[in-house]
Amino acid sequence: MTDRIRDILRKHGRLGVDPATLADDADLYLAGMTSHASVNLMLALEGAFDVEFPDRMLQRRFFESIAAIAAAITELKGEAA
Amino acid sequence: MIAADFTALLEQVRKLGVESIRPAAADVDRRSRFPEESLAAFRKVRLLGAAIPAELGGLGLTLPQISTLCTAIGQHCAASAMVFAMHQIQIACLARHAATSPLIAAFLQECVERQLLIASVTSEVGVGGDMRSSIAGVRRDGDRAELEKSASVVSYGAYADALLLTARSAPDAPANDQVLVLLRKGDYQLEQKSEWDTLGMRGTCSPAFQVKASFDANQVLETPFAAIASLTMVPYSHVVWTSAWLGIAADAVARSRQMVRAEARRRPGVTPFGATRLAHAVSLHQTMRTQIHDAAREYEELCASPTGADTLFSIGYAIKINNLKIHGSTMVTQIVTECLTICGMAGYSNSSPFSMGRQLRDSLGAALMIANDRINATNAALLLVHKDE
Repeated sequence: MTDRIRDILRKHGRLGVDPATLADDADLYLAGMTSHASVNLMLALEGAFDVEFPDRMLQRRFFESIAAIAAAITELKGEAA
Repeated sequence: MIAADFTALLEQVRKLGVESIRPAAADVDRRSRFPEESLAAFRKVRLLGAAIPAELGGLGLTLPQISTLCTAIGQHCAASAMVFAMHQIQIACLARHAATSPLIAAFLQECVERQLLIASVTSEVGVGGDMRSSIAGVRRDGDRAELEKSASVVSYGAYADALLLTARSAPDAPANDQVLVLLRKGDYQLEQKSEWDTLGMRGTCSPAFQVKASFDANQVLETPFAAIASLTMVPYSHVVWTSAWLGIAADAVARSRQMVRAEARRRPGVTPFGATRLAHAVSLHQTMRTQIHDAAREYEELCASPTGADTLFSIGYAIKINNLKIHGSTMVTQIVTECLTICGMAGYSNSSPFSMGRQLRDSLGAALMIANDRINATNAALLLVHKDE
């Protein structure tokens, strides 16, 4: 899953660095992700993983790293199953 | 501050408003000069330490209390209220995010003792009005640091005792990896790059400046600006700005009320011509006031709550506080325009006691400082993911 997230990050995260070089727990906001880019990232993730992030997840801490995003998606997938 | 003490302070501020702030307002506006009389009045009642916690010697006022003061001052001179409001934003950012630093805590204590005035340098030439992007970066060299920033608007910059400035954490850091830097007088040089000759808010004296600074590296706040902006600067700014604009609205409504009442007294039994429109203006004013008070109270509650930070970081809250600014800035102009219509030619005159000229011109800046179109575009993007459940 983290590879797919990295791929989406490359297209929509508008980071200052290549997502391939980022550790799973690296802070994406410190890597240059703007709040505007984070919205595009959320939309792309919702599309790619067929999930909808509820409002309670629309916070920085659920999107601040690749690991945090993977955990959020896993949680939503678990709820759906 | 406890309610009884605050009520007494508010009375003092209202008195100073009538005796010192209002008498200078027309001249401040005409000459586009700094409202020295208002600053002397603020210092007299120690208002420049309003948002500083009592432990550090300040008045320790809550946001609802600061909001009330902004409105009370704005009723007499909107430019003075904006200076007061902007200063409190800087103080709040320092007090809430950097008071654990001995250097910043000592600075805040000094702010109270000497009633120092702090200006904001968040604007920059070349970032297109986006406060969350910087071009200038902090160059560190051991325990010293330097920077140079081309700021497009620095309100009362020439009259401030210190600056709170945004910059990249390092020259090669991404544009949104920003820090806040406290610059004290002596740390920086200002070169004025434009004139401040505007339609309204003329007393804020906000031209462009080139800032060159060399300072102690400990004056760079440790908390990233991204967090300070979401938790304090943005919500606090929107509440205190709209509160200052509420003062303009209150002033306009009070004048048109006098006008309608005078007419009613001349012809008892006949409802005056402007009375219905006044009822509409009062209703708009009431809505504006309710929205601001609600936002100020909610913010204070969130700050006190252990999970408040999660809410302040959320997209739902960002949309809501952005809407406060959009509504407040739109309504103030709407209210003043209604009041101008009620007062008719007396309102249109620049020399009558019912003149709405300064109030209308001051109100027009509200929709432009952080452009409403930009905020609406941000909200439009955020709403693509926000579900409002």
